[in-house]
Amino acid sequence: MFFLKILLRNAFRHKLRTTLTITGIAIAVIAFGLLRSLVELWYVGAERSSAVRLVTRNAISLVFPLPLSYKDRIKQVPGVKDVSYGSWFGGIYIDEKHFFANYAVEPKSYLELYPEFVLPPAQKAAFIRDRRACIVGQKLADRYGWKIGDVITIRGTIFPGQWEFVLRGIYHGAEKSTEERALMFHWDYLNEQLRKTSPLRADQVGFYMIGVTNPDLAAQVAVDVDRMFKNSLAETMTETERAFNLGFIAMTEAIVVAIQIVSYVVIVIIMVVAANTMAMTARERTTEYATLKTLGFGAGRIAGIIFGESVVISMIGGVLGILLTFPGAHWIEVELIQFFPSFTVSPLTVYLDLLAALIVGTVAAIFPAWRATTITVAEGLRRIG
Amino acid sequence: MEKLRPPIVVIKDLNKSYRRGSQIIPVLSNITFDIDEGEFLALMGPSGSGKSTLLNLIAGLDKPDSGVIRIGGLDISALGEAELALWRASNVGFIFQFYNLIPVLTAFENIELPLLLTSLSKRERKEHVETALQVVNLTDRMDHYPAQLSGGQQQRVAIARAIVPDPTIIVADEPTGDLDKASAREILELMERLVHEMGKTIIMVTHDPRAAEKAHVVRNLEKGVLNNVLP
Repeated sequence: MFFLKILLRNAFRHKLRTTLTITGIAIAVIAFGLLRSLVELWYVGAERSSAVRLVTRNAISLVFPLPLSYKDRIKQVPGVKDVSYGSWFGGIYIDEKHFFANYAVEPKSYLELYPEFVLPPAQKAAFIRDRRACIVGQKLADRYGWKIGDVITIRGTIFPGQWEFVLRGIYHGAEKSTEERALMFHWDYLNEQLRKTSPLRADQVGFYMIGVTNPDLAAQVAVDVDRMFKNSLAETMTETERAFNLGFIAMTEAIVVAIQIVSYVVIVIIMVVAANTMAMTARERTTEYATLKTLGFGAGRIAGIIFGESVVISMIGGVLGILLTFPGAHWIEVELIQFFPSFTVSPLTVYLDLLAALIVGTVAAIFPAWRATTITVAEGLRRIG
Repeated sequence: MEKLRPPIVVIKDLNKSYRRGSQIIPVLSNITFDIDEGEFLALMGPSGSGKSTLLNLIAGLDKPDSGVIRIGGLDISALGEAELALWRASNVGFIFQFYNLIPVLTAFENIELPLLLTSLSKRERKEHVETALQVVNLTDRMDHYPAQLSGGQQQRVAIARAIVPDPTIIVADEPTGDLDKASAREILELMERLVHEMGKTIIMVTHDPRAAEKAHVVRNLEKGVLNNVLP
């Protein structure tokens, strides 16, 4: 108890210095926490992937289409429950800054395969019935103030022209991490237009989504589907939805690695700053530590006082940083909604923040504690102030 | 008159030197003397004569190259660092020139410090500290921090801290060196009282002849040699 008292009083002896150190650690922890959350967010698409869904695309590249005729053949593969299909549309609303995902899908089978997109029954029926209909996620609707019945005009890039869709449904995500910033419309509507304007591009899809009866069959179904189209004009590559999403992430892995490195660098920098502060503090108190030694206090107790003070300061900074990370994450979620479906701080990130603060406090105290415990009493007493 | 009790401090053939690079500098050479229980000894000598080194050796803060230092019958020159620390905690009271109080602790807490290493209960520690505060007449300042006390008062707190574990000896390194005349006189009178009324043994290093006047015995060190004994 006495040592807790002395280390707490020591911690706040130089209020300005301690406040600045705590502030520095708090900012570092906020930065670390937000960067870690960003890295986690990168993988959230893969994490939320269904175990009973496969994605089939052209074996050469996602850019190359597959014939629509594959659908019925895929359906016959043992273990396949449902098949849906779609194409990445890549249209632009207003201008490039207003980016959001938009793709053409076969509505009925798609919504059955993706129960996480929750629509009121009437809106779902209206979407399936109307070939010019589209649905959007709640966040996207909120962003642009769209209401049911609104006509949304999108400029095609892969499929040129001005495309008009009637908003028939606004879906909610079944989970917080479900994408709510996408627009889906009828693949048939796209195909009809292509038949008129670019017949060679008609009756082709970008990808198939396959629902399997049992997750254990997924690997075998993937092999069977790809074997079926072996040596055809459009060979397929079938993989789990998770692998498909991870493939996208792999394209941007350098960014993820860079973010991770920056998050660690932030912690190392604050560790050096805290170590310097602790070294300065311990040097100023050399005479006091020598006095304690003179009175019979052992090296362990003196090191405990120094480590305790350092850890108290860094943990206060760490906890403050964690508390401020949440409003920071909320701000990012609101302000950068077009980039992130949700920006949440996971419990793992909080634990890593606490661990980082603990490591900073401990490492910062190593050299000062070693110095204070190894200096001879006579030498320590000679130092004044 | 024949002594009834053996001396509390026995120093025999004590040698100490320091190494500076490849050079060995002798500081103390063949020091031999005794200190009786209840004696007030002043060690005098010019700067660099080795008196602080001798005080550190007697207090168990440093170890001699050779020779014996026996205090209360125990040869402390044979003890290891950890044993010495434990021995110091209960056998030596320290009074420093610059008081060396811990600034974040109150007068009460500073005095309590040496007792934290004992098995005394919190209540017993409180009783001991209050007694020590009464001896130095600072009961009304027990909750003050060192920065809120004058130099003389801080030194009285340091004296209370030195006496609170009831040590075998008290060592004082220039206890009046940082004080004005009036405060120095108060401190010396207090130290005299410790010797006369409480039977404490004090070994004091000083440059101040007025401080030395209060001592029973004055020993003079010159170039590491104890060359005379003054009455």
